[in-house]
Amino acid sequence: MNGAPVFENTYDVAVVGAGPAGLAAGATAAKAGLTTIVLDENPAPGGQIYRAITTTPVRREEILGEDYWDGQKLIQEFQSSGAQLVSGATVWSISRALEINVSQGGKTHLINARWIILATGAQERPFPIPGWTLPGVMTAGGAQTLLKASGLVPSGRVILAGTGPLLWLLAAQILRAGGDITAILDTTPLENYVRALRQLPGFLLSPYFAKGLRLLTEVRRKTRVIKGVTKLEAQGKDKLAEVLFATGSQPATRMAADLLLLHQGVVPNVNLAMSIGIDHRWDELQLCWVPVLDQYGNSSVPGIAIAGDGAGISGALAAAERGRLAAYAAVKALKPEALSHLPAEQILLQALAKAQAGRAFLDTLYQPPKHFRIPEKNETLVCRCEEVTAGQIREMVALGCEGPNQLKSFLRCGMGPCQGRLCGLTATEMIAAERNVSPQQVGYYRLRPPIKPIQLAEIAAMPQSETAVKAVVRG
Amino acid sequence: MSHTADVIVIGAGIHGCSTALHLAMRGLKPVVIEKDHAGRHASGVNAGGVRQLARHFAEVPLSVASMELWERIEDLVGDDCGFTSEGQVLVAETEAELESFRARVDELRAMGFTHEELIDRVELKKLVPAVSDSCPGGVVSRRDGAANPFRATQAFRRKAIQLGAKVVEGVSVTGFTRQGAAWRVSTTADTFEAPVIVNAAGAWAGRIAAMFGEPVPLEVIAPMLMITSRMPHFIRPVVILRGRKLSFKQFNNGTVLIGGGHLGRAYPDTNYTELDWTKLRESARTVWDLFPIMRQATIVRAWAGIEARMPDDIPVIGPSSTAEGVYHQFGFSAHGFQLGPGVGALMAELITTGSTNLPIAPFSIARFSNAIPKH
Repeated sequence: MNGAPVFENTYDVAVVGAGPAGLAAGATAAKAGLTTIVLDENPAPGGQIYRAITTTPVRREEILGEDYWDGQKLIQEFQSSGAQLVSGATVWSISRALEINVSQGGKTHLINARWIILATGAQERPFPIPGWTLPGVMTAGGAQTLLKASGLVPSGRVILAGTGPLLWLLAAQILRAGGDITAILDTTPLENYVRALRQLPGFLLSPYFAKGLRLLTEVRRKTRVIKGVTKLEAQGKDKLAEVLFATGSQPATRMAADLLLLHQGVVPNVNLAMSIGIDHRWDELQLCWVPVLDQYGNSSVPGIAIAGDGAGISGALAAAERGRLAAYAAVKALKPEALSHLPAEQILLQALAKAQAGRAFLDTLYQPPKHFRIPEKNETLVCRCEEVTAGQIREMVALGCEGPNQLKSFLRCGMGPCQGRLCGLTATEMIAAERNVSPQQVGYYRLRPPIKPIQLAEIAAMPQSETAVKAVVRG
Repeated sequence: MSHTADVIVIGAGIHGCSTALHLAMRGLKPVVIEKDHAGRHASGVNAGGVRQLARHFAEVPLSVASMELWERIEDLVGDDCGFTSEGQVLVAETEAELESFRARVDELRAMGFTHEELIDRVELKKLVPAVSDSCPGGVVSRRDGAANPFRATQAFRRKAIQLGAKVVEGVSVTGFTRQGAAWRVSTTADTFEAPVIVNAAGAWAGRIAAMFGEPVPLEVIAPMLMITSRMPHFIRPVVILRGRKLSFKQFNNGTVLIGGGHLGRAYPDTNYTELDWTKLRESARTVWDLFPIMRQATIVRAWAGIEARMPDDIPVIGPSSTAEGVYHQFGFSAHGFQLGPGVGALMAELITTGSTNLPIAPFSIARFSNAIPKH
């Protein structure tokens, strides 16, 4: 990047996030002749899945795999589209009047958009086992970020634990990069295999089927995999020393470890969408909040659409298709005469359906079990920022606390700098289980901007909004 | 299904819950009807200031009486409500402002109230070392402090229930009809009947008053607050300003709450609020000017609560001017939290004895009888 980016006051379309959905949306809108800006908080485009694709020091292509390098096509399409990308740009507030506050280079800029597409992607589901906050325990996603962005391969006795496609992908990437894995502790419930069978026919048509099978075979050949893990704890005094685990009703086993990488799937990153007041619903299969959207991705707030995994987990290929579809709807609303430059709606919908084929199989197979989503032991931490335990939450529910917002008031649960990202789902599911009602009924934290912490100095130096300037002139 | 009660209180904010508690203490059976849950709005999400300082003169007697209840809050509700008494300081930003404060403090003394104390630059620096050197002095009210608003509202609710009150949550009032000497209240669930009704419905109280044929110029507002991540301890009292809008408080855990009444947008039909960052910018600038230490602070969260404001910034307290047996207790204009315990006690006194020891004439709803209601 050369110098500070120049922001216009107004864009036809503003896209938040430069992962597959954001890149595809930005490119599609710009190709139709709409002025388009893509705001992304990372140093380079790609999102989580194609993180650092333009800058990664990992040279050997087979390490990160062909699916990763596929992202280059999206980058090229984007670069030739005329859309503006601003990296290192954190969107921390969006109003229903489509005003965006974005922090870049220590300064907040105010941008007005006629249409906004949120492509804020996914985050890892919390994995609150005893000891998950010990140094030496981190998320698989975190380890993958280090690998992609900096070429760092974990060393020492490394244990991966959990469930979901990303766990296996990371294992393969570590092994290909020359790293060692002591063991993979697979927490996928054995009954999930039976439940998922019904969805198998759909999955056979999925682009992920053959690739997934190859990946599993590759990893199993090179490392020890322990299936059906039902108990998992990280233990150690000041840092991780051992992983304690058990399968089925077997007695627990200990395994010495320097690094434990946890993962039990990804969920939509909903903080920005929720802070705008967009309607969400609880998804009983994916066990998370998903925004309520129409077939294009338009949300309950007029002019704001959501694409990619932030709209519900569907993977990178579907993310790009959803990005194109959301941009198509933006063009239809803002510049219908330009629709002729884009593929027909039917073609976009079909491409999305194809990319989503087999999703139900993965969601069913890799649905994490209840005992790893809701801590059984009362001393297990749920809210890391404010150090709130499962036991404290149970106590509050017994006292009549009905939802996560009351937990905030009583325990400060969810009120730390992570703004509930690491405890929100656990809090909702725990209260629902304790009260024996649905998570939908329990609800979620009321989220408000700033959705990422921001310096007071930066707020003090903010530009005035146009409406405020006008008010002054009139007065 | 129909229920009967001695009094029906509409709204389970701190005022509704306090009135229910004090009615129950006097042996009555009140029912509180709340459209959401207790403390969901202004009562639960305000800055928690327990302040006698810088109040409208008409409110001072009520505030002083309420302070006595705050000081024995644990005896009253069985919970300390997070109440701490580190004082509140009104900072003068200029000499001229300090002079106007002096006149105010003198006038209060003449009325017999001594809780406000004028302080000079030296005393101000002693109480608030972090304040900018440019401030010439201020006023302190040493017994003031702060509490945890949601916890306090819940404590009043819990204690009221223990003493026989009923709190019905998630139920909205839809209408009133007269049944002989009683009022029948229809709701989205059951029907309730009582000879006495208290309208403590906060931002929604204007709608209730209108149902009794006395519309009021109530404005629905959404005062905003911001909070920082944890900082080293640097301030004990709550600090407020007069000229520019600011209230400022550091909690025991080190986080700093920044408020002062800048308004966001309220959507009372959906309970939604939208923040106005142009105005929060003003708060940030004021803090920047007054507390150099805060220039490194990080804001982690901002929010707004939905509240009622009257045109003259003082509440409506007292009997209806149109409907027998109906009482109003709303419009606290973003400074009603501290008054909750005291006004609840006063309302119970008014309902059971027909009069109050403290003067409430300035709060009569009749003062708006010629005013045109705002929309």
